[in-house]
Amino acid sequence: MYNQDFFLQAMIYLLAAVMTVPLAKKAGLGSVPGYLLAGVIIGPFVLGWVGQESEKVMHFAEFGVVLMLFLIGLEMQPSLLWKTRHSIFGMGGMQVATTALVIGAAAWLMGFRLNQSVAIGLILSLSSTAIVLQTLSEKGLQKNSGGRAAISVLLFQDLAVIPILALLPLLAVIGGITDVKNQVPPPEEGFAALPGTVQLLLIVSVGLAVIITGRFIARHIFRFVAGSGMKEVFTASVLLLVIGSAYGTAKIGLSPALGTFIAGVVLAENEYRHELEVTIEPIKGLLLGLFFISVGASINFVLFYQKPLLILGLVLLLIVLKFGALWVIARAFGLRHGRHILFALSLAQASEFGFVLVSFSDTLRIFDHETSSLLIMVIILSMAFTPLLLIINEKLVRPWYVRRRNKEVPDKIPETGNKIIIAGFGRFGLVVGRLLMANGFTVTILDSNPANVEILRKYGFKLFYGDVTRPEMLEAAGVKDARLLVLTMAEDDEALKIAAWLKKHYPRLKIAARARDTFHEFEFYKLGVEMVQRETFNSAVELGSRSLHYLGFNRYQATRAALTFKHHENSIMRELYEHWLKDETHFIRESRRFSEQLSETLQAERDFSIHDTDYAWDVASVRKEKAEETGKSDGPSEGKPSGVP
Amino acid sequence: MNKILILFAHPALQKSRVHSALARVARDVEGVTFCDLYDRYPDFFIDVHREQQQLLDHDIILWQHPFYWYSCPALLKEWMDLVLEHNFAYGRQGTHLHGKKALTVLSTGGSQSVYSRKGDHHYSVKELLAPFHQTTRLCGMEYLAPFVVHGSHLLTVDEIEQYATDYRKLLIALRDGTLPEVSWQDTEYINHRIPS
Repeated sequence: MYNQDFFLQAMIYLLAAVMTVPLAKKAGLGSVPGYLLAGVIIGPFVLGWVGQESEKVMHFAEFGVVLMLFLIGLEMQPSLLWKTRHSIFGMGGMQVATTALVIGAAAWLMGFRLNQSVAIGLILSLSSTAIVLQTLSEKGLQKNSGGRAAISVLLFQDLAVIPILALLPLLAVIGGITDVKNQVPPPEEGFAALPGTVQLLLIVSVGLAVIITGRFIARHIFRFVAGSGMKEVFTASVLLLVIGSAYGTAKIGLSPALGTFIAGVVLAENEYRHELEVTIEPIKGLLLGLFFISVGASINFVLFYQKPLLILGLVLLLIVLKFGALWVIARAFGLRHGRHILFALSLAQASEFGFVLVSFSDTLRIFDHETSSLLIMVIILSMAFTPLLLIINEKLVRPWYVRRRNKEVPDKIPETGNKIIIAGFGRFGLVVGRLLMANGFTVTILDSNPANVEILRKYGFKLFYGDVTRPEMLEAAGVKDARLLVLTMAEDDEALKIAAWLKKHYPRLKIAARARDTFHEFEFYKLGVEMVQRETFNSAVELGSRSLHYLGFNRYQATRAALTFKHHENSIMRELYEHWLKDETHFIRESRRFSEQLSETLQAERDFSIHDTDYAWDVASVRKEKAEETGKSDGPSEGKPSGVP
Repeated sequence: MNKILILFAHPALQKSRVHSALARVARDVEGVTFCDLYDRYPDFFIDVHREQQQLLDHDIILWQHPFYWYSCPALLKEWMDLVLEHNFAYGRQGTHLHGKKALTVLSTGGSQSVYSRKGDHHYSVKELLAPFHQTTRLCGMEYLAPFVVHGSHLLTVDEIEQYATDYRKLLIALRDGTLPEVSWQDTEYINHRIPS
């Protein structure tokens, strides 16, 4: 059953990606141009390793776009979505209308018919969700208000595809190239054949199904699956959920991307959110890569060679027109300080939906074949230019605004750099977290035990289930902007691995670590983690102090003795650590770990003399001096504090 | 050039406008060691050896604190109890602090006029500082007139800044030995003797 062709194709795609993407990233271009270039290289006009099937690959890889919308949905809590409704519908609506009008007018002036001009305007008013989101997130611009506005507009465009698809047949009827009577309307089947009320009912019920599943059922499924401890089953259940919602919405004639977006929004407040993100992220990345490669591979260079100037001119015109329209809208909606330029530059290309819409128009014979291929060419090239436009934004526009702003008022919006992550929320992390929260700090809590997550959630803690040992998980939790990471997980080797990873990638992040024992503490020191606390030491000293009280010390004396011991231990630790560094191999053998620690500690203790810090409270020396002065002998009890036998 | 040690004691520095300002300028003056005792010993476990060594390393000792019940906050008292040991600070062999200068830098909520026979506090600030004065005498140190910030609750930001500026000048003058005679008897507060 093995399909050697499949292996070969897969190998070519992967090889191309592996070779070009790192180079493109090194050159500061981001991954998207890398993928596109890879597509061009393996495509029919350079190496010719892939050809016709790249279209099939593209369809398959469009699933990456669907997954991406799911991830965006996960980032959008319903409350946040409600807050952005103005930018989604206001800005989005304005954008599609204005851009369609401007481009349509330009097309009409170039001599297209009215219905063709309208179709061109509508098709080219859309922007590429895939390219824009990928590029924005790589450059960390999604949270920028310009980037946010761009995402809102993209969401509206995803919605707008549906009415545009409905409108195109009408345009064909109004004034197609061929006689309207000969036009065979596309046979209606399935969903579209049902009466309107049934359609509406189905749409509502699918929507409800997604919401109910996401809101009430998904949590139990995830808990059940996560409880089994099988990561791949968890991945499978997440994929099931995404594909299920995509299928459901596609079946009722809506965009599958929209369906998964809604599923994402519904799950945004679910405590498994981080784990969902981490699971989907690599799959999405790979599929999107494939998608970009297939876009690159489908650039028709023959057409380009025939009319290079015309095509480049049209691409340039498209970008300029879209940029102009977007610029006006951004200013109208109050984007300032260069954010309007980011917004306008990022959306100034055509959309991958354009391929579908153009080929649909082609079958409806709104355009002749030549116009269609020309349009596709323009769409692809405008997409390929987007990363370059964003580089212009980064290198020219932003520095210019930064320079200007520095001359004016300083930015008054402070960064919310007060983020604290607690990794491991068991019996140890719980106390740390409670203390921090009791003092008004907000914390993001990660824990890998689903049972804990459920119980703690009932008591109103905001925590997320996930495998803390996976770097992606920490990144999803926002380790990049965090101020402090409290490493309180029980698995000591894993904790060291995470600390090492964090020190390498985020050397400025402060780590507060829980250590199992002395040597574990030393391992942390060696990694450069200074805030380390042994999990048992303080409790043991506390119990020792209470024992001293029972044995006859008064409470203050016992507390004082415990304090002395604690501080004494700290100096021993410093000494031991030096010793341990010099002779690490000697200590490492696990079986002898505790006895080694014991003998080393006791040895150091014996050599270390405790200065009696409470000496001044002892009157022995004063009494002796007085006795010498007066000639009397000094008193009987000397030196030893009362209570010591 | 004299080396100055400021032993600062305030259990809630984050709530004090006056001491935040004074501490800020003190940390900036070259030749001044600023030691925040509550920060160094949050559990009141004072490292006596370290503190004694630090005293030996300096020529002029300042105790900077708010006036709590006519005295210093608890940790500074603990510091005195433990660090000024017999045979270190006093006693036949306790001559290590001889010849050093000391002074108190303090803030009070009340104005200077209420620290008088006619006011609520009956005694003057200098009378109330008698225990500190006597401590320095027993240790063989010279106690200078205090630097006092009165009426701390009602001071404006500008007034606090003026005190901070004076404090900086005082520290520089102490360091460089440019201060005029400021003996305990002849001077009410050192505030009035700072060269501008």
